[in-house]
Amino acid sequence: MNVLEINNLKKSFDGREVLKDISLSVKEGEVVAIIGPSGSGKSTLLRCATLLETMDGGSLSYLGESAAAPDASGKTVYRDAAKLKEIRSKFGLVFQNFNLFPHYSVMKNITDAPITVQKKSKAEAENTARSLLAKMGLSDRADAYPYQLSGGEQQRVSIARALAMGPKMLFFDEPTSALDPELTGEILHVIQALARENMTMLIVTHEMAFARSVADRVIFMAGGVIVEEGTAEQVIDDPQNERTRVFLAKLTRE
Amino acid sequence: MLQQLGMGMLTSVLIFTLTLLGALPLALPIAFGRMSRFKPLSMLMRVYISVMRGTPLMLQLLVVYFAPWFVFKIPLSNGYRFYAVIIAFVLNYAAYFAEIYRAGIESIPKGQYEAAEVLGYSKRQTFSRIIFPQMVKRILPPTTNEIITLVKDTSLAFAIGVLEMFTLSKQIASAEKSMVPYAAAAVFYYIFNAVVAWAMERIEHKLSYYR
Ligand SMILES: Nc1ncnc2c1ncn2[C@@H]1O[C@H](COP(=O)(O)OP(=O)(O)OP(=O)(O)O)[C@@H](O)[C@H]1O
Ligand SMILES: [Mg+2]
Repeated sequence: MNVLEINNLKKSFDGREVLKDISLSVKEGEVVAIIGPSGSGKSTLLRCATLLETMDGGSLSYLGESAAAPDASGKTVYRDAAKLKEIRSKFGLVFQNFNLFPHYSVMKNITDAPITVQKKSKAEAENTARSLLAKMGLSDRADAYPYQLSGGEQQRVSIARALAMGPKMLFFDEPTSALDPELTGEILHVIQALARENMTMLIVTHEMAFARSVADRVIFMAGGVIVEEGTAEQVIDDPQNERTRVFLAKLTRE
Repeated sequence: MLQQLGMGMLTSVLIFTLTLLGALPLALPIAFGRMSRFKPLSMLMRVYISVMRGTPLMLQLLVVYFAPWFVFKIPLSNGYRFYAVIIAFVLNYAAYFAEIYRAGIESIPKGQYEAAEVLGYSKRQTFSRIIFPQMVKRILPPTTNEIITLVKDTSLAFAIGVLEMFTLSKQIASAEKSMVPYAAAAVFYYIFNAVVAWAMERIEHKLSYYR
């Protein structure tokens, strides 16, 4: 079954079309990497999928449950707030700059949403948090505040925060871009471990090594459309489209 | 004389306390109104704030005090003086605090709202659990400035003859031809301010556990 299904997504900002008819589905357990030049619409696609941005046209559904679909006139309409809240619980999003809550300890960052939103007991939420922190190699940092952590640690906490909600799918928007290069490895390891556990993931990244080592499928986007997609070997090592070639050539020259 | 000055101090402290109790909470809905996307409401709050900040507090005090008589022909009573001071001070300070709150709320990065939204927090939960606590920390320094100004502003109540510290010192000073009451008033305001500054510092310190 498709965890995520997007059909004919259109999105404009101030009359300028940023996403032009994007269709994309992600199967359970699949890891998809999205690459492409700056301004090609990768983040906007992720933000539409995670309900942070409203789509102008097209449909969006999770696990067969529709979140938004076009009405008779073709304009996309969203389901009611209660339904959207339920759908939000199916995915998590990891931001480029973490967006941890600075006034909460690491533990509280991870447990607050399960307790406040999902009405879990404090004990249950803290148990889940502790095992997630162990998995992230952060068992001894539960009482720290975000400002006391390195970028890599903060990003691992934000991944734990997303996982604590029990999502079926995780989105990452350039999870290593705000990190020192030597710290990208620890995030990559975490994502690889999640992939082994069959977590469904959609990852926007600028790092080809990253895409190559973790993605089952690589999508190249440019100018608001999906230009090319396939395995990492196909798209990164043997691109068919001219725009993909130009983009990759520029990257390797840097 | 000491007893009289003691009464004056008490009145000043009471004006100060009641003004804060009224203005600090009232400023929040004013700030929300000012930030509202509903244009008439945000315009109204904008005008309100600019009038409150753009005209002297003493003038506002006189308007609040005399309005019942000039507008509604309700005779002025002695008891109303004190309430007029509280009403005028609360309305004025709420406007200043509202602008401080607004700046505080607007300084919270968008990513905080987005992280909360994706985690499923409602709008209300996002504000009370994520935004408000961070706002409080950020607005503390400018709020402290306003509160210290308020300590000194309480003396404006003399304009309508409320028997607070300044009014009384002035009366006693002219009756007894002595500077001592003024000196006493100066010491009082100075100590009052020092206590307030100390208390605000404690609160700031309490919130310094994160950055
Ligand atoms: N809120 C917005 N308002 C107006 N224009 C926007 C907004 N968000 C994005 N855009 C525009 O949409 C286009 C796509 O932006 P997007 O952030 O999706 O690109 P991206 O592929 O993620 O780029 P990058 O690799 O730099 O992160 C850009 O031209 C951007 O300026
Ligand atoms: Mg982006």
